[in-house]
Amino acid sequence: MDAQGRVHKYGNNIDTDVIIPARYLNTADHGELAKHCMEDIDTEFVNKVSQGDIMVGGANFGCGSSREHAPIAIKASGIDCVIAKSFARIFYRNAINIGLAILECPEASEKIDDGDIVKIDFDTGIIYNETKAEQYQAQPFPDFIKDIIKSNGLLNSIKNK
Amino acid sequence: MGMTMTQKILAAGAGLEKVVPGQLIKTKLSLVLGNDITTPVAINEFEKNGFDGVFDKSKIAMVMDHFVPNKDIKAAQQTQQCRCFACKYDIDNYYDVGDMGIEHALLPEKGLVAPGDIVIGADSHTCTYGALGAFSTGVGSTDMAAGMATGEAWFKVPEAIKFNLTGKLKPMVSGKDVILFIIGKIGVDGALYKSMEFTGEGVSQLSIDDRLCISNMAIEAGAKNGIFEVDEQTLAYVNERVNRPFKVYKADDDAEYERVINLDLGVIEPTVACPHLPENTKDASALGDVRIDQVVIGSCTNGRISDLKAAADILRGKHIAKGIRCIVIPATQKIYKEAIKEGYIDVFIDAGCAVSTPTCGPCLGGYMGILAENEVAVATTNRNFLGRMGHITSKIYLASPATAAASALTGVITDPRSI
Repeated sequence: MDAQGRVHKYGNNIDTDVIIPARYLNTADHGELAKHCMEDIDTEFVNKVSQGDIMVGGANFGCGSSREHAPIAIKASGIDCVIAKSFARIFYRNAINIGLAILECPEASEKIDDGDIVKIDFDTGIIYNETKAEQYQAQPFPDFIKDIIKSNGLLNSIKNK
Repeated sequence: MGMTMTQKILAAGAGLEKVVPGQLIKTKLSLVLGNDITTPVAINEFEKNGFDGVFDKSKIAMVMDHFVPNKDIKAAQQTQQCRCFACKYDIDNYYDVGDMGIEHALLPEKGLVAPGDIVIGADSHTCTYGALGAFSTGVGSTDMAAGMATGEAWFKVPEAIKFNLTGKLKPMVSGKDVILFIIGKIGVDGALYKSMEFTGEGVSQLSIDDRLCISNMAIEAGAKNGIFEVDEQTLAYVNERVNRPFKVYKADDDAEYERVINLDLGVIEPTVACPHLPENTKDASALGDVRIDQVVIGSCTNGRISDLKAAADILRGKHIAKGIRCIVIPATQKIYKEAIKEGYIDVFIDAGCAVSTPTCGPCLGGYMGILAENEVAVATTNRNFLGRMGHITSKIYLASPATAAASALTGVITDPRSI
């Protein structure tokens, strides 16, 4: 398991209301949600993002509402992995449950800049910043969580057992 | 080393003698909850993955409250999808227009939550039921789908912060001021991944409505849950409503806490959270001249009968300031009826307020009170994030029902004790 892509960088306390505003929650369609991802803090995000890109945030990423529409919108917009200093807990489990990889790594969150190209090895938790030629160590997932992400979500992993 | 209250409930749910912080466990669930926004996503996942039965139709609750009565066609489609699913699986606790209320006010009122329960809800404010001594936490729609299918959920056992409460609240200070004060001290990630456990002699000074409000906003400090020690008031409340056996858990004397915070309730002033985070708190009296356009009194945080009473006591015989819109939303039908009986609804309408059927509507910027460009609101809701209640240039100040009502009278944010 690995990922490689260009970074979209945001600050601390990115809440689920700005990831996907409630005015768009009258649909559960993944493509529709992706069209409005981040629009209240970055109207250009949906135009800039490419399949396989990486999102980097600061502390308490994904705080607020439990709306799974938030990690869904991020994943459906093309993002393969979110790295942050810390995650709000409901966002953390929602991302895992829908098969969006997320890594907690304060060093990476501080040192990676917007536009950097980053490569991630999920088995070891190593994040390599190709632009800056730097390496950061995140805690790799426990097997239990790796299993959910590899199955592409919680329900698949339950069904596979 | 002993266990905290939360750890003991989780251990029992997992069938284990003991659990330790950081341990990944699977527990049985007492109740699985969803609303009209999160349930459709759960149903899609449930059906896509080929599940064809629920674990227990009496242990699932679906409450249509966010965009209900439906605000538009898409919202109506989503509610219809929930209604059809509830009908197909004969879900006992499905609440729709006419008998619904705001979920976290409704479930305790209906006696669906008891001490010692393990509750997950696809709504972040599911942490509310910690007020009754239950382990209760918000999750997403996939967890809800898995919970409906299997009756189980995975958890990482949390560490806990102990809040040792002493003293007594000043007049016109309520549970909302307490939780805003706490979030102001520890920050919006001050309890990230952790339990907030409320104990001490001061607990007896807090009404059940105050406790529900405090636990409700534990998530705003990043907490996994916010739980109160069970006392006589809790037992009186649940014994009147719950028709099944339950078990009361108490933290061990030698339980390990990550941190202990001693809090004298008597030092807390009417508190307001300024834009755009619940941690940006100030005393209402120290805010200066903050002009407002709209007041919202309601939500899962503050739409209960004692909240409406606090607002009515301030508005009685008076009229709100010219140019101010004040929207009052009783959280459930039962609360609405009681407010009519007590004369509070007359007070609100005579004061120039609009009164609505129960809905989450304005709190999350759904409908029923959206803000225009540069408008300012005082709301008894729980989040003041950028753009949460409308236009991205609008601003939300969070406050208690008393402060909100006082502000409606003056048109500026006002300490209720100055009225």
